[in-house]
Amino acid sequence: MSGAGFVAPHVDYAATAPIIALTVGLVVILMSGVFETTKRWAPGLAVLTLAATAGLLLWHWNEQIDLIAGALRVDNLAISISLIAILSAFTTILLSIRERAADEAGQGEYYALLIGSVLGMVLLSEAENLVTFFVAIETLSIPLYILCATNLRREGSLESGLKYLIVGSLGSATLLYGMAFIYGGTGSTDFAGIAHGIEANGMLHDPLILIGIALAAVGLAFKTSIAPFHQWTPDVYQGAPTPITSFMAVATKAAAFAVFVRFFVVALGPETGDWQTGLAILAAISMVVGNVGALGQNSLKRLLGYSGVAQAGYMLGGIVVASEKGLSSLVFYLAAYLFMNLAAFAVIVARERETPFGDDIRGVRGLAAERPALAWPLTISMLALAGLPATAGFIGKLYLIEALVEGNYTWLAVFIAVGTMISLAYYLRVVAAMWMSPGEQVAGPAASATGAPASGPGSTPVIAGASPEADPVDPRAGHRWYLVGPAVLAAGITVFLGVIPQPLVDFASHAGASLF
Amino acid sequence: MINALLWAPLAFGFVGLFLPRRVVGWWATAGALATLVIGVIMAFGFDNGAAGLQDTVNTTWISGLGVDYSLGIDGLNLFLVLLTAVLWVGGIAFAAFREQERPQLFFFLMLAAETATLGSFLAQDLLLFVLFFDLMLVPFYFLFGAWGVDRTAEGGRTAPAATLKMMIYTLIGSLLMLVGAIATAIISAHGGHLTFSIEAIQHQGVPVGSQRWIFWFFAAAFLVKMPAFLVHGWMADAYRAAPLPALVVFSGVLAKVGAYGFLRVVLPLFPQATSQFQTVILLVALASILYGSVMAFTQTNIRLIAGYSSVAQLGFITAGIFALRADGSDGAILQMVNHGLVVAPIFIIVAILVERTGTEDLRSMGGLAMRAPVLAALFLIVALATLAMPGSANFIGEFYILNGLFQSKIVFAIVAISGVAMSAYYALRLYIGTMHNRKPDGFASREISLRDGVVLAPLVLCILALALYPQLILHRADPSVQKSVAAVTGGESSSPSTSEEEELAVTK
Repeated sequence: MSGAGFVAPHVDYAATAPIIALTVGLVVILMSGVFETTKRWAPGLAVLTLAATAGLLLWHWNEQIDLIAGALRVDNLAISISLIAILSAFTTILLSIRERAADEAGQGEYYALLIGSVLGMVLLSEAENLVTFFVAIETLSIPLYILCATNLRREGSLESGLKYLIVGSLGSATLLYGMAFIYGGTGSTDFAGIAHGIEANGMLHDPLILIGIALAAVGLAFKTSIAPFHQWTPDVYQGAPTPITSFMAVATKAAAFAVFVRFFVVALGPETGDWQTGLAILAAISMVVGNVGALGQNSLKRLLGYSGVAQAGYMLGGIVVASEKGLSSLVFYLAAYLFMNLAAFAVIVARERETPFGDDIRGVRGLAAERPALAWPLTISMLALAGLPATAGFIGKLYLIEALVEGNYTWLAVFIAVGTMISLAYYLRVVAAMWMSPGEQVAGPAASATGAPASGPGSTPVIAGASPEADPVDPRAGHRWYLVGPAVLAAGITVFLGVIPQPLVDFASHAGASLF
Repeated sequence: MINALLWAPLAFGFVGLFLPRRVVGWWATAGALATLVIGVIMAFGFDNGAAGLQDTVNTTWISGLGVDYSLGIDGLNLFLVLLTAVLWVGGIAFAAFREQERPQLFFFLMLAAETATLGSFLAQDLLLFVLFFDLMLVPFYFLFGAWGVDRTAEGGRTAPAATLKMMIYTLIGSLLMLVGAIATAIISAHGGHLTFSIEAIQHQGVPVGSQRWIFWFFAAAFLVKMPAFLVHGWMADAYRAAPLPALVVFSGVLAKVGAYGFLRVVLPLFPQATSQFQTVILLVALASILYGSVMAFTQTNIRLIAGYSSVAQLGFITAGIFALRADGSDGAILQMVNHGLVVAPIFIIVAILVERTGTEDLRSMGGLAMRAPVLAALFLIVALATLAMPGSANFIGEFYILNGLFQSKIVFAIVAISGVAMSAYYALRLYIGTMHNRKPDGFASREISLRDGVVLAPLVLCILALALYPQLILHRADPSVQKSVAAVTGGESSSPSTSEEEELAVTK
C-alpha cells in the first residue's frame, strides 16, 4: 500500500488492532484444524478472536481516525456495524455446534472462513477508498461462497455455493466497472477525493459519473439483495447450511449497507440529488417484490430470504434521505434486524435437527404446545419483523419513517406501510402454524410412518420445496442450550428494545453522527 | 395511579402465566376487578368542571425521536376507561366460570388486551396512541385464532384465516396512521423541536394542505376499526370465529376506540380537514346505519345480528361526532358507553344460548323464555336499551346525537332517524326469535345459572343506573367535548346543554 515516492504510510497500530486480531485469529484457527487434538478448539478460538476484536473496537468508540493514508477510517459507524457482524458471527458459531457442515468442511477451515468473512466485513465498514472497498468486499464474499457449499452431502448446498459465486462475481464485476467510471471522472480513489473531484473537475451531473453511480448502485444492490437484483437470495439462503444463512442474512447485509452509505454520502455527496430518486425507486421495488415473493413460501429459509429483500428495501430508505437521522435509523434497524433474525434462525436450526421436515413450515406446526421455549422466540421474531408494537421492529420502522418524512420522502414511508401490511400475511402464517394448528407427528427419528393423518398421503421424509435435510440428526435439539439460549435471548432483547429503546437509539445516533 | 390503572392488568396476566390452571381464571378476574377499583377511585377524584387533562403522567420515552410516555384523563376518555374496566371484568369472569384450553395463556392474552386498550384511551402522545392502537390487535389475533371457532363446515373460514383477514384489514389503517402521525408531528414542528404530544401539536397547528391527506390516513384506521360501511369486510368472519368471552370485550370496547380517536385526535389536530370532509364522513356514517340495520334484519346467525347492529350503532356515534356540535359529540360519548354496555350482555346471552341450544341459528331457537323468566327479563332490558326505548340512556344518547345533527345537517338527521326505527326491529327480532315463539325439540328451557347471573346482572344494573342518571356522563364529558369541537367550529359554543338536560328530565 505504499504510495507514490515509496514513502510507507504511517500505520496507527492501535486503531488497526481489531483487524490484526482477526487476521491472527484466522491463521491460528486454520492451523488448529491441522491437528486432530487441536481441531475441536476451533470454535473456542473463533469465539476468543471475536471477543478480542469486539473489545478492541469498543476501545475506539467515539474516535474518528483515518488509517493508512486514508484507506480506512475507524468511526462509530464502522464500529457499530462491525459489532453487529461480530455478534452475528458469534451466534453462527453457537448454531454451528453439531452442525454437519462444520464437520464436513473440517472444523478449522469452517471457522477460519467464518472469521475471514468477518475480517472482510470489518474492513468494509471502515473502507474509505475504492481499492480497500473492493478488496474488503471480496474478502467478505469469497469465504461465504465456500461456506455456502460446505454441506457436501447436500446437492442444494453445492448449488447454493455455485449460484452465489456466479451472481456474486457478477455483482462484484458491475461494482468494479462502476468504480472505474467514477475513478475516470474524478481521478481519485479516495472517497473524500472523489467528492472533491466531482466538484473541482466540473463533473456534477456528468453522464460519466452518473453511469458510474448507477453501476456501483447495482453492484451494491446485489450484495444487499435489493430487488430486482435479489434473485439469488432465496435460493442461496435455502441451500446454505442454516447457521451460515443466518450469518449472511444479517452480517453481510450490515457490512454492505455500511459501505453503501459511506460511499454514497461521502464520495457521491455532491451528487445526492441525482441518486436519491433512483435509490428510492429501488427501495420501493424491493419492498413490493420481497413482500409479494414471500407470500407463498413454505420453506422458512426462503421466506426469510424474501423478507430480507423487503427489509433491505426499508433500510435503503435510511440511505435515500442522506441525513444524519436516516443513517441513525439505518443502524438502529440493522441492530434490531440482527436480533429479530437470530431468534428465527436459531429456532429453524433446532427444528431442522429434530424433525424430518427440514426448514419446511410444517416443522413448526404445533410448536407452541410442543416446545414453548422455541415457539415464543419465533413468534416474537415474526411479530417484530412485521413491525408490531412492543418490539424493536416497531421502533425501527418508526425511526425510518421519521427519517423519511423529514427528508421529504413521505411517499416512500407510505410504501413501507403498505409493504408491512402485505408482510403480515406471511409472518402471521408462521405464527398461526405454531399456535393455531395441531403438530405434525414427528415423534422420533423414525419419522412418521403411520402418524400425521392430516398431512395427506404418504408422509414421506422428502419435502418438496424445503431443504431436504431429511433425517433428524438430533432429536433433542429443541432442548440444547446453544440453540434455545440464543433464541430466547435474542427474542428477549427484541422485546426489551421495543419497550426501552433509548440505549439503542443513543448507540445508533452516535453512529449516525459520524458521517454528518 | 394512572400507571397502576394501565399496567395492573398486564401484571396480573403475567403472574397468571405461572399459576396452576384451576386458579388462573379467578386470579384474572381479581386482576380485572382490581383494575376496575382503581378506575372507580380515579373517577371519584375527577374534577367535573375541568376541560383539561387530569392525573397526567409525562416522561420522555425516546428522546431522539420526540416520543413521550404521556397519559391523562379528561371527559373524553374517563367513561370509556370505566367501560373498558367493567366489560373486562364481565368477559373474564364469564370465561373463568368455564373450562378453557391453555387457560394461563388465554387469561394472559385477555389481560394484555385490556392494558393495550386502556393505553389507547389514556395516551396523550400521538405516537403512544398509535402504538397502543396497534398493540390491541395482537392479543386478539391470538385469542381469535387459537381459541376461535372453525367455520369451514358452514362455508366460512378457519379461525386463523378469519383473524388474518381482520389483522390485515385493521392494520392497513393503523400503519397508514403511523405514517400520518409521524408526518403530523414533523410538519407541525416546522423544523423545530419534534414532539408527538397531542396538545403541543394542536397548539402548533398543522397546515391545511397537509391536513387533507393526513386526515384520511387517520380516518382509514378509525373507520376500519369501527367498522364502518365499505371497510367492514373483516367483521363477519372475525365475529363468527371469535371465542365469545373475547368477543364480549372486543365488540364492547374496541370499536369505540375508533370513534374516540376522531374526538381525541382528528377533531383537534385536523380541524379544517374535518369540516371540509364532514359530509363525506356523514355519508359513510349514514350508509353504516342503513347497511348495518338491513343486514341485522336478514342475518340468521345470532352473533352476526349483534355484529351488524354494532355497525349501525357505530354509524350513529360517528354521525354524532361529525355533527360537529358539542351536543352531538356529548351524545356520541354517552352512546359509546351505552352501546358497550348493551352489546356485551348481548354476547354473553348469545354465549349462554349457544351453550343451551348448540346452535347459533336464530331459526332453530325459540321459546327459551318459558322456564327462564330471569334470563328473559335481563335480556328484555338489554334489548329495550338497544332499541333506545325512551327512558333508557340510549334514548338520551340518540336524542343528543340527532339533536346535534338536526342543527347542523338536517337532511342527514332525517335519514338517521330511520336507523332508530330499524334498531327496534332487529333488537326485537333477536329477542322474540330466541325467547318467544315455539320451542324446537332437542333442548330444554332452563333458568340462567347463578354464576352467569352474577356476571350478567351487574352489567344490566349499569344500564339501569345510566338510564336513571345519564348526566353522570354528560356533565363530565361536556367541558372536554366543547374543547374538541371548538377546535373545529372556531370556539363558538354550540351546546345549550343545561337547558336541554332539564328539558329531557321533564320528558322522562
